[in-house]
Amino acid sequence: MTAAAAPSRAAVPNVSALTWVNIFTRLLAIQGSWNYETLIGNGVGFCVEPALRLLPGGVHGPAFKAAMARQSAYFNAHPYLASVAVGALARAELSGVPANHIERFRTALCGPLGSVGDRLVWAGWLPFCSLIGLLCFGLGAGPAAVLITFFVLYNAGHLTLRVWGLHVGWTRGLGVASALGNPVLRYGPTHLARAAAATAGVAVPLTAARLLGHHVALLGVVLGASALAAVVLVRLHGRVEGYKAALVLIALFALVSVIR
Amino acid sequence: MREILPLALLGGVLGLDVVCFPQMMVSRPLVAATLAGAFVGDPAMGIFVGVTLELIALATLPFGASRYPEWGSAAVVGGAIAGALHTERAGALSIGVLAALATAWVGGWTLVKLRQWVAWLARRRRPALDAGSRGAVMSLQLAGLTADAVRAAALTTVAYVLLFPVGEATLGVWSLSEPLSRGFVVSVAAAVAGAAAWTIFHSARGARWYFAGGLLVGLFILLVR
Repeated sequence: MTAAAAPSRAAVPNVSALTWVNIFTRLLAIQGSWNYETLIGNGVGFCVEPALRLLPGGVHGPAFKAAMARQSAYFNAHPYLASVAVGALARAELSGVPANHIERFRTALCGPLGSVGDRLVWAGWLPFCSLIGLLCFGLGAGPAAVLITFFVLYNAGHLTLRVWGLHVGWTRGLGVASALGNPVLRYGPTHLARAAAATAGVAVPLTAARLLGHHVALLGVVLGASALAAVVLVRLHGRVEGYKAALVLIALFALVSVIR
Repeated sequence: MREILPLALLGGVLGLDVVCFPQMMVSRPLVAATLAGAFVGDPAMGIFVGVTLELIALATLPFGASRYPEWGSAAVVGGAIAGALHTERAGALSIGVLAALATAWVGGWTLVKLRQWVAWLARRRRPALDAGSRGAVMSLQLAGLTADAVRAAALTTVAYVLLFPVGEATLGVWSLSEPLSRGFVVSVAAAVAGAAAWTIFHSARGARWYFAGGLLVGLFILLVR
């Protein structure tokens, strides 16, 4: 434990602003080589590489090559929260932490960074922002206003998370696990789920009404039918994917319209 | 068909956003279909397709290695087709949404193939990667990014070229009325959205009451408008 904690207390290696910009830009492409064998492992190596150039001997030195090999191996995390790992791993490599400690730490980070990010972003922030966009549409906003609202809101959270992750990873190094107890990460998914549920309740009927346009008299039938169909889909959960069910139903409807 | 090149580029960029770069969610149907509609001169129809698809896409949670529909290129195809077919014709929304859903399904399959190809590429470069080769890491990353952009652009082009004439011909013989056509598609999309909202949020304590409260507010707004 002391061996793992020591580097986080050691003097912070000096990394230029340009290197940070380089690392952050690469973080946006961390999933560029996502695959079923190493997942985002190569992406982590790609992102840490600008920091590793500062190792003794530069890009041709043995320290750089050993670190690149370590950092490009299998890794799994949510792409936004992978910034925590990139910051912490860069710090560990530049602080001269023993290789076996880095490898153990890297393995231990995979699970939490994946599950926390999935709950917070994919099942929380993204649907919430989508529903806010739909609500804007339902309230009568034009295309530009809807797009800007969704894009700015979503990316305010997205980019903040990436910047925070890189910062906290770098400043806490191998002691970064405590940062995952941050209240936003612990309680954020629950609060977001409630906010998104309330937004869904408002947004879906308003969106349906606007989509119907001047046929809004049909709204009662549409909402009733969709509520019944939603119950059926929930009961079939895991056996039918929503978009495939929609594809089949609309295709059949089109077929009826053509052959009728 | 002069619009194919800009649409292919748009589909490539937005398809890339789904997974590889920069995941700013410009690939969401709400954004992608609206932009595609604007490209063919009808952003209003584009956003109608985009909103309908967004309701359906709420059910998609892009968790790690799971297979999911690729909405970026698909929404470009759907928004462009519906936009080019014009707003006021019965069935245009249905055809745009249908084209997008079919493309999203195929797009999900192409993503799986891309990931298998990148894994094959990584296996071939394993000795260099294990030796800490900077060039191997960079080239693998760039190969993945480039292949994904090409995949998305090609998918957009093929889907648009194949589905636009089919959509046009279908619209020519579309017999059901506009209210029924629109009502059916909106019902299906709202049902998927409702089921998705339940599936995603019901585990949070009290979420069902938040949903019910929101629903009352929404219905109240509709009544007083």
